[in-house]
Amino acid sequence: MTSTTESVESVPQPAPAKKTLSLDGATIRLAGDSGDGMQLLGTQLTNTSALLGNDVATFPDYPAEIRAPRGTRAGVSGFQVQFSSHDIFTPGDRLDALIAMNPAALVTNLSDLEAGGLLIVNVDSFDAKELRLAQMEHNPLEDGSLEKYQVVRVPMTMLTRNAVEGLGLGVKIADRCRNFFAMGLVYWLYGRDLTPTLRYIHDKFGSKPDIALANERALRAGWNYGETTELFTSNYRVAPARLAAGTYYNIMGNQALAWGLVTAAQLSGKELFLASYPITPASDILHELSRLKHFGVRTFQAEDEIAAVCAAIGASFGGAAAVTSTSGPGVALKAEGMGLAVMLELPLIVVNVQRGGPSTGLPTKTEQADLLQALCGRNGECPLPVLAAASPADCFDVAQEAWRIAVRFMTPVMLLSDGYIANGSEPWRIPDVDQLPRVTIQHPQPLEPGGVFLPYDRDERLARPWALPGTPGLMHRIGGLEKQNRTGTVSYDSDNHEAMVRLRAQKVARVAQDVPLQQVLGPPRGDLLVVSWGGTYGACTTAVQQCLSQGLSVAHAHLRYLHPFPRNLGEILRNYKRVLVPELNLGQLRLLLAATYLVDATGLNKVKGKPFAVSELVDKIKQELALIGG
Amino acid sequence: MSIELPTLKPTDYASNQDVRWCPGCGDYSILAQMKKVMAALQTPREKLVFISGIGCSSRFPYYMDTYGLHSIHGRAPAFATGLKAARPDLQVWVITGDGDGLSIGGNHLMHCIRRNVDLNIVLFNNRIYGLTKGQYSPTSRLGAVTKSSPMGVIDNPLYPLSIAIGCEATFVARTVDTNVKHLGDVLQRAAEHQGVSFVEVYQNCVVFNDGAFEYATDRDRKADTTIELQHGKPLIFGTHRDKGIRLRGMEPEVVDLQSGVSEDDLLFHDEKAAEPSLAYLLSRMRYPDFPEPIGVFRAVDRPRYDAELNHQIDAARAKRGPGDLAQLFRSGDTWTVT
Repeated sequence: MTSTTESVESVPQPAPAKKTLSLDGATIRLAGDSGDGMQLLGTQLTNTSALLGNDVATFPDYPAEIRAPRGTRAGVSGFQVQFSSHDIFTPGDRLDALIAMNPAALVTNLSDLEAGGLLIVNVDSFDAKELRLAQMEHNPLEDGSLEKYQVVRVPMTMLTRNAVEGLGLGVKIADRCRNFFAMGLVYWLYGRDLTPTLRYIHDKFGSKPDIALANERALRAGWNYGETTELFTSNYRVAPARLAAGTYYNIMGNQALAWGLVTAAQLSGKELFLASYPITPASDILHELSRLKHFGVRTFQAEDEIAAVCAAIGASFGGAAAVTSTSGPGVALKAEGMGLAVMLELPLIVVNVQRGGPSTGLPTKTEQADLLQALCGRNGECPLPVLAAASPADCFDVAQEAWRIAVRFMTPVMLLSDGYIANGSEPWRIPDVDQLPRVTIQHPQPLEPGGVFLPYDRDERLARPWALPGTPGLMHRIGGLEKQNRTGTVSYDSDNHEAMVRLRAQKVARVAQDVPLQQVLGPPRGDLLVVSWGGTYGACTTAVQQCLSQGLSVAHAHLRYLHPFPRNLGEILRNYKRVLVPELNLGQLRLLLAATYLVDATGLNKVKGKPFAVSELVDKIKQELALIGG
Repeated sequence: MSIELPTLKPTDYASNQDVRWCPGCGDYSILAQMKKVMAALQTPREKLVFISGIGCSSRFPYYMDTYGLHSIHGRAPAFATGLKAARPDLQVWVITGDGDGLSIGGNHLMHCIRRNVDLNIVLFNNRIYGLTKGQYSPTSRLGAVTKSSPMGVIDNPLYPLSIAIGCEATFVARTVDTNVKHLGDVLQRAAEHQGVSFVEVYQNCVVFNDGAFEYATDRDRKADTTIELQHGKPLIFGTHRDKGIRLRGMEPEVVDLQSGVSEDDLLFHDEKAAEPSLAYLLSRMRYPDFPEPIGVFRAVDRPRYDAELNHQIDAARAKRGPGDLAQLFRSGDTWTVT
């Protein structure tokens, strides 16, 4: 942990009169109007919990509009975090506590709160106008509908205004400090340290001392309120998790992906070139990389998605570690450029942070429905390797693996992430840079005059040489027209075309020889195999672990390599009586498994813009097992 | 020790590929002049990259023994931008046509010009789609009868130089395929310009739009239908150099120098004017109302995208030191588990 600033005082301790109960963990959701600062609150709570040594997992969930109509259900922004004293892989299914800043936040989130769970509401916002905006006929605080919860009514607006009184702030600005009041209260409730957030406040608002002070006062007022009010009889402690020894950082998926790309470039002696067009939920990759210029990272914000992929290909031709990042609609636009990259046989990474589709779909919600697009979404026979990240921290590793494959096989590679892991975060054990994989890249050397250079000659992996403009004697022309092998000369010969189509496919198929065998969690043979890919890893692995601990015959194979599949996957699939493929789409991996291995798999498919709950998976696993048992 | 470098001749820039344009195509002349200019400038072949899109003109890179990229339709400026940004040491040419550059690729052309990427863009304008066999293009004249406009074109045409100047191109010129000396001079100036160079070449398509520029190339008429721009000189034209262009307010007019108008009353060409309005006005002078200007319309200095991008890299390194991964990974709030 870095040192604290001098202005930060020590944290007040809870009064001894109140009991402190120990918890294994807690799942909390903070919900309010978009623009109310719920995402900030959630991020701060997460980081603070991580710094306390808890394992954490998060799920931010926000509307597509920047400021949807205030007070409405459509405008509700939420942030869910689970912190725990043991290893966790998901942000939790059911809520132990819900903090609702207004009626709309309450009504849209209440169904996820456990019976007996803690419901903290800003009672000041439950007036007739707010109820009307939330389309509620009755005030739930008065009609007895909340009986099964522990409801804590806190006049947050009033208390916040009182806290910042005397600073000469208008009511509007004073009310903006409410999220810090709520934060202080939650921090007291779960014994979180105020220091990191106080430091954040002073860093962030340093140039506006009155705002910084107001936020600090609101935060402390929230804490003090928890301590003094009689509404709470106890607060909680969650002990640190027993993570492997090391230094940790709570990393978000998009940041991990950006760092993985920089790392891959650096460790292969390259400079990174990212060409991108802003798109939710991928833009943070562009933001993060644009501030890493001292690593030689060149970011190009292109005029459109097509220009972005084309500029990346141009940079790759010039020898850069080239990447274009986008989401599904952007991939649709890049299809022709990706096809060219397949023909040119140049290394390139195309990042797709998937979101709900089709078309504009659900821009801020997660989905896994671009798998078939990744494999098949181009004209002609146009294969390229496809990899998917499993979790926020895994994005770091997968980015490096994508680059390794791209340069070893001279091919564009599609890297799939999704909105859930892109915006989610988890503790990432900071690696020792010396232990990270290094890729050696050898460009062909200059040729003497009279020498013959063959731009489409091939090595044992069928990869062609990456000859860089500027190298004397290697002048050559490449393009999208079909070409002769080895010489690269344009050819319309029919036999040559078939040979080249097969050759390009064979090259990509050989990637399977160059990647690890598929691993399985659980018994190597048994009743049920759960096969998953991408961001559902956390939920699937948690569900399978739960079932294993109950003695059920179930195993889990989570795929990183979606094209080509790992070479032992067919064998694994045959070792189980049934195969279940949970996906946030209508069965795309299931289709590929059926087509490739003739496996009669069952799907668990959900397209609600939300991740799987562990309980949904456990229920389905048990149903499947019951079919065998019967 | 000094090394005697061999002198490169125009033929040294030719690749071993057979040129497959139609006999009589204006493209041959552009290819020949390009090789001559490269030899005149002694540009090392390995430092040259020709990037094209799709269309007749876009086969150009295959015929040069340099690095080349025959890309996809309309996107050549984007590929070139990425390459030049990553590799400012290369001399990058974009070869495009009226369909490739102004129709499917209009967006990229506009943005590449406004960024002032140090590229040389040559747009072969033949006012027709050649490779797809004769449909009208964005520069086809109103009323033109083509395969896809049997009753005449009803789309108002674009004028490439008006677009380029509208995007504040730092170098803008027009030349004609058959005027080989002029063509060579313009290409050389484009090559020498720092920043984006945009050159429109009037190029005859012998098969699908033969004679489209006859008014500007006909030996007997061209002195009256074109006007050669020269920096610092008045706009004078005509077989007997007896006509000129004068400004009346913001309107150009053709005046007779023998009717009492003196040269000093004429519009003087200033290719270095920071303000592009006069260059734009010149780009709107069209046959038959006016002689069409050829030559350099505009040549100004402005910061280049590729140079600025690389300056930022240098500045970031000067300020923060070269990137250190271990330091980056520990730049946030971290905690240690023992």
